[in-house]
Amino acid sequence: MLSRVAERLYWMARYLERAENNARMIMAFNSLALDMPRETQLSWKGLVAVTGMGALFDQHHQKADERNCVKFLVADGYNSSSIASCIKAARENVRTTRDQVPTDAWEVINELYRYILEHVDQGVGKRARYEFLNEIVGRCQMLNGLLAGCMSHDAGYDFIRVGRNLERADMATRQIEVGALQFLDGWDGTETYGGLLWTSVLRYQSAFQMYRHNVRRKVSGPLVIRFLLQNEPFPRSVLHSLSEVAGALGRLPRNEIPLRTALQAVRHTREGDVDALIRKEDVILFLEKLQLEIGELHDDIAETWFPVYETA
Amino acid sequence: MKKNKSIDWKNYDPNDFFDELIAAKGKPRPAATAITDYLGNLGSEEIQARQQAAELAILEMGISFTIYSEGENIDRAWPFDIIPRVISLREWETIEQGLAQRLTALNMFINDIYNDQNIVKDKVIPKYVFANSKNFREQCRGFTPPLGVWAHICGSDLVRDKDGTVYVLEDNLRVPSGVSYMLENRQLTKRVFPELFDNTNILPLDDYTNQLFDMLASISPRPQDHPKIAVLTPGIFNSAYFEHSFLAQRMGAELVEGADLVVGEDDCVYMRTVEGLERVDVIYRRIDDDFLDPEEFRADSTLGVPGLMRAWRNGKVGLANAPGAGVADDKVIYAFVPDMIRYYLDEEPIIPNVPTWMCVNKQDQEYVLEHLDELVVKPANESGGYGMLVGPHSTKKQRAEFARLIKKNPRNYIAQPTLSLSVAPTLCDEGLAPRHLDLRPFVLQGVRTYVTAGGLTRVAMRKGSLVVNSSQGGGSKDTWIVDEEN
Repeated sequence: MLSRVAERLYWMARYLERAENNARMIMAFNSLALDMPRETQLSWKGLVAVTGMGALFDQHHQKADERNCVKFLVADGYNSSSIASCIKAARENVRTTRDQVPTDAWEVINELYRYILEHVDQGVGKRARYEFLNEIVGRCQMLNGLLAGCMSHDAGYDFIRVGRNLERADMATRQIEVGALQFLDGWDGTETYGGLLWTSVLRYQSAFQMYRHNVRRKVSGPLVIRFLLQNEPFPRSVLHSLSEVAGALGRLPRNEIPLRTALQAVRHTREGDVDALIRKEDVILFLEKLQLEIGELHDDIAETWFPVYETA
Repeated sequence: MKKNKSIDWKNYDPNDFFDELIAAKGKPRPAATAITDYLGNLGSEEIQARQQAAELAILEMGISFTIYSEGENIDRAWPFDIIPRVISLREWETIEQGLAQRLTALNMFINDIYNDQNIVKDKVIPKYVFANSKNFREQCRGFTPPLGVWAHICGSDLVRDKDGTVYVLEDNLRVPSGVSYMLENRQLTKRVFPELFDNTNILPLDDYTNQLFDMLASISPRPQDHPKIAVLTPGIFNSAYFEHSFLAQRMGAELVEGADLVVGEDDCVYMRTVEGLERVDVIYRRIDDDFLDPEEFRADSTLGVPGLMRAWRNGKVGLANAPGAGVADDKVIYAFVPDMIRYYLDEEPIIPNVPTWMCVNKQDQEYVLEHLDELVVKPANESGGYGMLVGPHSTKKQRAEFARLIKKNPRNYIAQPTLSLSVAPTLCDEGLAPRHLDLRPFVLQGVRTYVTAGGLTRVAMRKGSLVVNSSQGGGSKDTWIVDEEN
């Protein structure tokens, strides 16, 4: 398979996953915001921070109110991580690899793109926000299903798998980090609303129900962090996602360097002693190290398989 | 959305034009009776609903073409009219033979002028005709590609005049496009009028990509079972990118850009894959000669592959169409095609040429300059309908400008009478109305010659317009070759 095609499939999967994650996260936070008493002043800016686009947001907005934040995350074209931008980029990547992906998949992403063009205002406004975001998640899932069910599980599919799971792991670590920053301590509402807040962090990854099944204890910061980081069977945990990455890399040719990095990240995630991370600073430090490893892994993948672009 | 009152076949009037479906007001042609009867029984709302269903399907299937406008590349939905254009099988069989005859002669001509130039020695064609063509490539002299074929894929534009005669208007031998739209148009018609395919004998089109694959495989330097075939595209911003991707997908070929390919020390062409370098046997290139190889043509080309010409001349890779094949695409050379057919094949041309005046001849030039308001003047090397003068629709100022251009560079201009292009009923804002159209069949030549059953019908959507190019507001129709005897 062409290096260029591998790169595009990888990014298609990352952008799709990013769009889906953003949609899930906004839905969960939205529901939390409706539950909280008015005087608690939940910060929507935290969601922007999760996507790593805080600085860009500040360039364009003075006020981090709900409308500005949601518009930034859902619709704004200048934000390359907004749902609209991600779907556009994913579609562009499929458009340039149409000879490789099943035709049905192209039609689904094409329709998803057209859906966003027509309905993006619903995602920004309050009334139909849930329906809009739910539709995005549903269509992304449909696309993943089509790829899983109709595309040969060869190298191309492995690049999709790598992109999807790397993005998922990256996003989960950021969500845990921002959750820890906001809710772990020092915030007056923690005592009263701590359970609710950490529940919403679980919901960012649609993990609440599975958490309940697996962890038969009350919802608390350290337990949630451990679950989202280290629960092996849960498909959206960092450990599971990174193991999936390593598995897919293991099937690709010339994989020594990226595979070594991936296995190392898996080991660090698994061996992280969450109970020893008592202070907030320790948690953040651990997560930031993990994020660096994820970034390194991407670089190794790009250097090994993707085309080299000569800079003009 | 189009608004119209009713589809009224009885009052549809093609005026003085030759209509492809209707012989005279109220009288459909025999091959078209199935479609006109059928449409006549559908209410206008139903027909509008089908047109809308087709347009929605086009968006969903992502059938598009790219245009460049105001500094941006815009992806446009493919324009399609649901009423098919119908040709009887009996008439088509003659056209098919004529197209095969033409491409055979053209290939013999190209091979001749890059080698012995017998046709010049025998004084059938003067040398200046191709020696001054910008598509004549010195780099190709003395070379004969496999099977002696240079133009493997040809798209010839056919038009029909008022009296019903079909002419070849031009031959596209460089990178003719449109075949994917021909195939997609048929898909759309099958979706929109499935009932009609049950009791009408319409020749199928679907085999084209198999034929294309087989033809490409036949020029592989390694005649084995699984040649590696690639479609070379200039990239996503090219107007025909949709087609490049479509053809690669249908053939199971790799869709590559110049940067994906590299020519090795051994003169073989390789593509950069996740496993390392992998050899490519045949390249269906969809970029012009000029950009193909910066070592031999335009050095500033970033679309091509350095060393590709070397690989081709050393027989390490098959190229379709061969570099230099575009020389016969020239509109001055076009005028000599009937002579070529007589010279190489000792046959009379089956499909006539449109009468052509060559401005490079003093007498012709005088005639052209005196009759600019009646003629169509075309530059010899342009495509896409650009840089033309349509005399009867021109202003005095435009004619003066063309007179100047012709005198300055007579070799670059030809003129033809303004044909009264045939029409077919088309759904327009005002209802069913006659619109002018042409036809581009596609011809493949490898070990044998293959002609598509029909081709891409392009239609000028504006009333009275003769411009059918999609980049300039043209639309398209499915083309049915109907066997009315079975």
